[in-house]
Amino acid sequence: MGEIAAFFWMGGYAGFVWPAYGVAFVVLASLAVNSWGRYRQSVLALERLQQARRPRR
Amino acid sequence: MINWLANPARFTRISTRTLPWCGWGAVVVIAAGLYWSLMLAPPDYQQGDTVRIMFIHVPAAWMALNVYLLVAVASAVALVWRHPLAEIAARAAAPIGAGFTLICLATGSLWGRPMWGAWWVWDARLTSVLILFFLYLGYMALVNAFDDPSRGGKAGSVLALVGVVNLPIIKFSVDWWNTLHQPASVMRLGGPKIDTSMLVPLLIMAAGFLLLFLALLLLRMRTILNERKAMALRLNAETPSSRAPRAAMVATHPGAE
Repeated sequence: MGEIAAFFWMGGYAGFVWPAYGVAFVVLASLAVNSWGRYRQSVLALERLQQARRPRR
Repeated sequence: MINWLANPARFTRISTRTLPWCGWGAVVVIAAGLYWSLMLAPPDYQQGDTVRIMFIHVPAAWMALNVYLLVAVASAVALVWRHPLAEIAARAAAPIGAGFTLICLATGSLWGRPMWGAWWVWDARLTSVLILFFLYLGYMALVNAFDDPSRGGKAGSVLALVGVVNLPIIKFSVDWWNTLHQPASVMRLGGPKIDTSMLVPLLIMAAGFLLLFLALLLLRMRTILNERKAMALRLNAETPSSRAPRAAMVATHPGAE
């Protein structure tokens, strides 16, 4: 078996090791994407509100 | 110290400076941790390559517990001293803690199947961590169940504090009961019991998770501050003449900008 194939084979436990890392990646990545998206949204919403208020003053 | 931290304008300034360091630091440290745990660490003589699951399972479990502790302490500070940022910190931390708890449960299950022969057993450690996950979800649901964030915050804080009893149960469940889950091998009296070749990737991963948590926490706190500022502006715009007492209550920091 090639070195790379052996790495992905994980001593026969590939079906458990890789899903474990996959779950961790999916959870953390979606947390990061969600956090960043909500942050951008909040900044834009705040800017819009502050701009809308200025001319009326 | 508490008063010094209570100023949201100062928080914004400090977090702007620290956030990129935490975020990029997390990326670098987790990448190093992955290389170490997947390439450099040797397979265990009993567990084989499934031991690599531990390099994310254990740090995720540490984060799950410690983030809950932070949520509870922040909730106590919010209830007792009305610290404006404490409640926001608890609110921002809870979903991240829930994420780490989910990782802990899922990876544990994926390790348990080949090693114990079961995806899940109702032993004390596993069950108490599952309860921790539900506590996080309950806190998140409760906090968002009210239109007025301060009422939701108060209700959530009480729940978070009640849930603290679960933390020592999780920590000591492996000593108090006869569990299938093994007892602590790193955080124990007399020092860690595992080999350096496996302790190092474990600790690198833990540091990476901590940095990632800090980055996400700061980002989510900034988001909530922005959202509350926007809410106050909107309420002020609706009632420009009546001085909007409700808006003043919602506004987290009337002084800053």
